[in-house]
Amino acid sequence: MRRIYLDHAATTPTHPEVVKAVLPFFTDAFGNPSSIYSYGQEARGAVEEARTKVAELIGARSEEIIFTSGGTEADNFALKGVAFANEPRGNHIITTSIEHHAVLEVCKFLERRGFRITYLPVDKYGLVDLDDVRKAITDKTILISVMHANNEVGTVEPVEEIGRIAREAGVYFHSDAVQTVGHIPVNVDKLKVDLLAISAHKLYGPKGVGALYVRKGTKLVSLMHGGEQEKRRRAGTENVPAIVGLGKAVELAGQEIGQEAERLACLRDKLIKGLGKKIDHIRLNGHPERRLPNNVNVIVDFVEGESLLLNLDLEGICASTGSACSSASLEPSHVLLALGLPPEQAHGSLRFTLGRENTEADIDRVLEVLPGIVAKLRAMSPLSKT
Amino acid sequence: MTDPWSLYSEKVMEHFKNPRNVGEMEDPDGVGHVGNPVCGDIMELYIKVKDGIIIDAKFKTFGCGAAIATSSMVTEMVKGKSIEEALKISNKAVVEALDGLPPVKVHCSVLAEEALKSAIEDYLGRQKLKT
Repeated sequence: MRRIYLDHAATTPTHPEVVKAVLPFFTDAFGNPSSIYSYGQEARGAVEEARTKVAELIGARSEEIIFTSGGTEADNFALKGVAFANEPRGNHIITTSIEHHAVLEVCKFLERRGFRITYLPVDKYGLVDLDDVRKAITDKTILISVMHANNEVGTVEPVEEIGRIAREAGVYFHSDAVQTVGHIPVNVDKLKVDLLAISAHKLYGPKGVGALYVRKGTKLVSLMHGGEQEKRRRAGTENVPAIVGLGKAVELAGQEIGQEAERLACLRDKLIKGLGKKIDHIRLNGHPERRLPNNVNVIVDFVEGESLLLNLDLEGICASTGSACSSASLEPSHVLLALGLPPEQAHGSLRFTLGRENTEADIDRVLEVLPGIVAKLRAMSPLSKT
Repeated sequence: MTDPWSLYSEKVMEHFKNPRNVGEMEDPDGVGHVGNPVCGDIMELYIKVKDGIIIDAKFKTFGCGAAIATSSMVTEMVKGKSIEEALKISNKAVVEALDGLPPVKVHCSVLAEEALKSAIEDYLGRQKLKT
């Protein structure tokens, strides 16, 4: 059976060119970048080349890029790093209720350490209100952290405007851009961010590597202590193959970013339209316009998300849900609840996130099999009594 | 997930794909309606009883793969059993009959047991009214 992968927000397949670029750094060019002989210097050169590529894609300077083990570490680094370095100035951090757990759980940790966190609400589309941001700032505020785009519902936040507010207030601004870098244009000066988290495996790079952009002059403490790597800001021998992979992935993403976003948005709109036409009692989550070009997130009334996923998987289609039943926590998606959805509807959420191998035929296939799956599940659902 | 079987046993998936006894029952002798607020599963179980024996059972379930499979399994297990025997069917027995469930899904089997007990209680309540 042909498998159709529609869960690119979870992870992406590594680009073949990335794999090709990475391989020599396991074998011929295996050196430690800290070593002064040629093996080491080859590796050092490759790491610095990757750093330049990442910096170029987001309009930063290469010395402002710190490689990490991924998006989660980058978010941890930004929040804890700024919090602990700026504690004498204040203990207040502003974020949103729809951030990724890599931000929310760090905030909860910081709360237990005496920091005060404001979790801004969002409207029914998942958008943060700029007035809420302004009102939340106090003289104790040291950091604002708002994601560039939401990983579940695809809503693109007004980051540029929030960046302006933060700058005027003299507050550091971090954005988790894991879902946007390489997919839609990201420029650190335009967005006015001081910190920005990047993950490689969301843009066809390898897992286990990411980066944190840190604007020059931003005060933050290190999380990893040890050797002098990354200008003493992140100790530990560099994951050279992965970093090279991130560099290559970013380079490739930069080459096709505009046209690929346009292509995906067409497929996305076809899917949204088709679902609405073929299935009744189905609604789009997230913002109708301000959304990621590859994100489709819907509520299918009267049915539960995991059952939908299992049935889709039996047809070779990989998707995702915010239903509690598919998570170990047994809680429905905090994002969907923050959008104001009742739990029973959050349980029926279904997310498709498209990527570079997807074609119109994939969308047609979803539209062909999903109505039958929904009908079958509704026939056995006590909620869909007629 | 590359292997759809890795979360659930083959037996669970078999019941999930081809659930037995789905639907509402006309003139049931007992109806159980339970919901698990933790996970959000909702289960309805109907039984038909003749001479103290459960001769038919049907269900409707809103829930995950485990909830659907346990509903299907419990309706199978209960058929042909006396009321006394049926009351002894535990969630553990349902899980075993399905060749196990992932730990986070065991609560779904509790729901199936509760739905059955609730249907039997409803039946016993109706019997009392008759006498």
